[in-house]
Amino acid sequence: MQQLKGVNDIVVRFANVNGTGSASANKLFAKAIVRMGIPVSPKNIFPSNIQGLPTWYEVRASEKGYLGRREGVDVMVCVNPQSMAKDVACVRPGGYFIYDNTKKLPEQFIREDIHYIGIPMMQLSIDAYKDPRQRQLFKNIIYVGALSLLLDLEFKVLEDMLAELFAGKEKLIPLNIMALELGRDYVREHYEYPLPIRLERRDKVGDHIMIDGNTACGLGAIYGGATVAAWYPITPSTSVAQAFERYANQLRIDPETGKKKFAVIQAEDELAAIGMVIGAAWNGARSFTATSGPGVSLMNEFIGLAYFAEIPVVLINVQRGGPSTGMPTRTQQSDLLSTAYASHGDTKHVLLLPCNPKECFEMTADAFDLADRLQTPIMVMTDLDLGMNDHLSPPLEWDEQRQYDRGKVLTAEDLEKMGKFGRYLDVDGDGIPYRTLPGTHPTKGSFFTRGTSKDEYARYTEDGADYVRNVDRLLRKWDTAKKYVPTAERYKEGKHSNAAIIFFGTTTYAALEAVDRLTEDGLSIDAMRIKAFPFGPEVEQFVKEHDQIFVIEQNRDGQMRKLLINELDTNPRKLESVLNYDGMPITAAKICEFIVGALAKVETD
Amino acid sequence: MSYLRPSFRHPLLPKNEIGFTKADYEGVISTLCAGCGHDSVSGAIVQACYELAIEPHRVAKLSGIGCSSKTPTYFLQQSHGFNTVHGRMPSVATGANMANRELIYVGVSGDGDSASIGLGQFVHAIRRNLNVVYILMNNGCYGLTKGQHSATADEGSKTKDGVLNPFPAIDLVAMALELGATFVGRSFSGDKTQLVPLIQAAISHPGFAFLDVLSPCVTFNNKPSSTKSYDFVRAHQEATSTIDFVPHKKEITLDYQEGDSKQVKLHDGSYVQLRKLAPNWDPTDRSSAMDQLRSAKLEGEILTGLLYIDQDSKDLHELEKTVDRPLNSLTEVDLCPGSKALEKINAEFR
Repeated sequence: MQQLKGVNDIVVRFANVNGTGSASANKLFAKAIVRMGIPVSPKNIFPSNIQGLPTWYEVRASEKGYLGRREGVDVMVCVNPQSMAKDVACVRPGGYFIYDNTKKLPEQFIREDIHYIGIPMMQLSIDAYKDPRQRQLFKNIIYVGALSLLLDLEFKVLEDMLAELFAGKEKLIPLNIMALELGRDYVREHYEYPLPIRLERRDKVGDHIMIDGNTACGLGAIYGGATVAAWYPITPSTSVAQAFERYANQLRIDPETGKKKFAVIQAEDELAAIGMVIGAAWNGARSFTATSGPGVSLMNEFIGLAYFAEIPVVLINVQRGGPSTGMPTRTQQSDLLSTAYASHGDTKHVLLLPCNPKECFEMTADAFDLADRLQTPIMVMTDLDLGMNDHLSPPLEWDEQRQYDRGKVLTAEDLEKMGKFGRYLDVDGDGIPYRTLPGTHPTKGSFFTRGTSKDEYARYTEDGADYVRNVDRLLRKWDTAKKYVPTAERYKEGKHSNAAIIFFGTTTYAALEAVDRLTEDGLSIDAMRIKAFPFGPEVEQFVKEHDQIFVIEQNRDGQMRKLLINELDTNPRKLESVLNYDGMPITAAKICEFIVGALAKVETD
Repeated sequence: MSYLRPSFRHPLLPKNEIGFTKADYEGVISTLCAGCGHDSVSGAIVQACYELAIEPHRVAKLSGIGCSSKTPTYFLQQSHGFNTVHGRMPSVATGANMANRELIYVGVSGDGDSASIGLGQFVHAIRRNLNVVYILMNNGCYGLTKGQHSATADEGSKTKDGVLNPFPAIDLVAMALELGATFVGRSFSGDKTQLVPLIQAAISHPGFAFLDVLSPCVTFNNKPSSTKSYDFVRAHQEATSTIDFVPHKKEITLDYQEGDSKQVKLHDGSYVQLRKLAPNWDPTDRSSAMDQLRSAKLEGEILTGLLYIDQDSKDLHELEKTVDRPLNSLTEVDLCPGSKALEKINAEFR
């Protein structure tokens, strides 16, 4: 039989039933590896269901720090008979299938090319614990204990983490440690350990944190000064608003009165949510909503109002598989076109494209400055993978000197000093007019906000020339936006090749790993990560410089490629799509395979 | 039809106690049809704010889409206004109110805007007890798209084009009472003596103050048989009471007979004095208001006046426990927890 060998390069997958408390055991396993100084990327693969259906948790440990998904399961921990056929099938030849042998494994699940490790998890748990709920919960901890010996996961690290986890509920610590020991001791008595594929302490994690993107976005809104959050529950964005509220309740309570320096409104639907954000932003509060594709579809009319009436709105779109209800618990980057040009008529919107939790935090905070500066909707485009999975990320940072950029807002004193105020008058040529907030001055600066066409003084007009002047000014503003949005990042500067890859958001991990792999194989390729829409001049330059560009993205229609063609007016033949849209994050292997094939084809042609 | 308003004002025009004339509360000239009920409602809003001596810039006026929603340009020109999208004014007003609790919010809507496309938002604004004066100009038809039936159109009525409405009308007053609205009134655009004090009381009310104002559409729905026509409302209006609004600054000097009048104290210390009360009806008792409304409906009468008021109303800010300072006035110092707090948060994720 083939033998898998190696240190700190491993994929472990857990197959559980949702609602059985497996999540915390699995997270304990992943985080323990991080504590051993080894980079880890866990993926939670879950159903749109609360209890009873299969759920998986996949942990990739990579000494090289690759955080993308890698195909092929080295060690499968299967505690769900429902999904066993699939789970047996996905183990790499030579890999390990760890299962609960309290009941005999049916014949049809026996493969000749993998190893089987049976641990009577249920029986051990029944013998040790009386409470039925405890029996179920500790079964999960038992397999973590078994893995500690099989994979050389340091037992002390697990013990310490349990002590931290149950600080304040100390009674639970020995119960949990006993479960770890049950698993560990069973392995000690019955199997050879460690396995040839295993872990070993390193120092590759540094000060990184393990956090999900939605929590980071919620924190970004706290630090960015959001005071009004309006939202409607929808997977996978729900935890953004919840994180905002949780941290606001910790960090935004007035110490004297106990009252809140924020308001979170759970709206009746997404239309109302974005309406509330628009109302609050119009009235000078920093305000945001978080949603996903179906929510954005509902918000379309209001997004057009915010664009045309020029209201600073922040929208966090945690993308999921579409169209329609689509795959609500799987990841995609398939809302690019529908958000870039959301709403009817000529519209364009600023998109920010974070690739890790640190950027979720920064870009959400920046989005409020950008929205106020540009007086337009700013959409932070994350996805289910980034939003709901834990990611190893550089720590979140905040510059103590930073001040909010509230943009062009006139005060009562400004109004006193100036001549006639024109809400939509382009005073300084950047396409961004000045605004006033309701209640500023008793006799100056009031205006009527509307979604209809208007002149520079906010007066309703159906005059064609007035209309054209206004929408052309919005284009000037769009050009100004290019100077404010984050610049695209170039990698491997100085090693120019004719071929290049472009990627963004959560394809970044896999794309950078692919660049490394290609380089190892002697294939040098340039790379750029797009961080925002509109595209800056650096993106245009990069596209101009290269003859063959692979655009890596997670949707069927190559939406980023289309956006590039559309906005840069470039030759479409230069741009080739590398796509993954099955709902799981793209892998480096898939990218490499496509690029190697495409480049070989060019050579033989 | 006049299309210009002379800017000349007589220097001796009376001023209110903060030095504004009534003209200071007006807006641009209306482009609605001559005789439109909505213009009278705009006039009543002007009158109410002038008499209350409200600083115009302390009011924010919001509307949806439709004839009624055009009116905010026709009153309070010194106030910021927001003509939002069809049926969604309540959500925009909610956000605006959350941002700054110190302004007075006047929301204007119509029966198309509130009873059809925006029914959901109307319901939820009531549920949250948003502090807003919600004036619904109710004419039973879609004026701006030329007279189609609205959801408040009379069952069995016909449009000007002869299209029959087979569906019963939604009564938003009954619905608001049922939903727990804390201030519910109904009035008629042609009855300023009733409408002006109702608007004033609504402004003083801390919560969702709903005024259903029958406001005839002279172009599409003013047949004498329409329950939203001038003739019909005049003939069938049954006022629950005559109303005086007494601002808290004034002493009550009016003298009423015991038994036929009721004084309702409002949150800010002002009063509504209700005279000639309908029998068996108490405006602070929701079920008596609902009963009264039901029996008037059976008799084919339209009950007007202040129908219900909850004197213990708690608005959305109170329910959400937000700080007293307007949220839009908070700065980095109030809002940003700083880098040390962030370092602690980072540590929780290691």
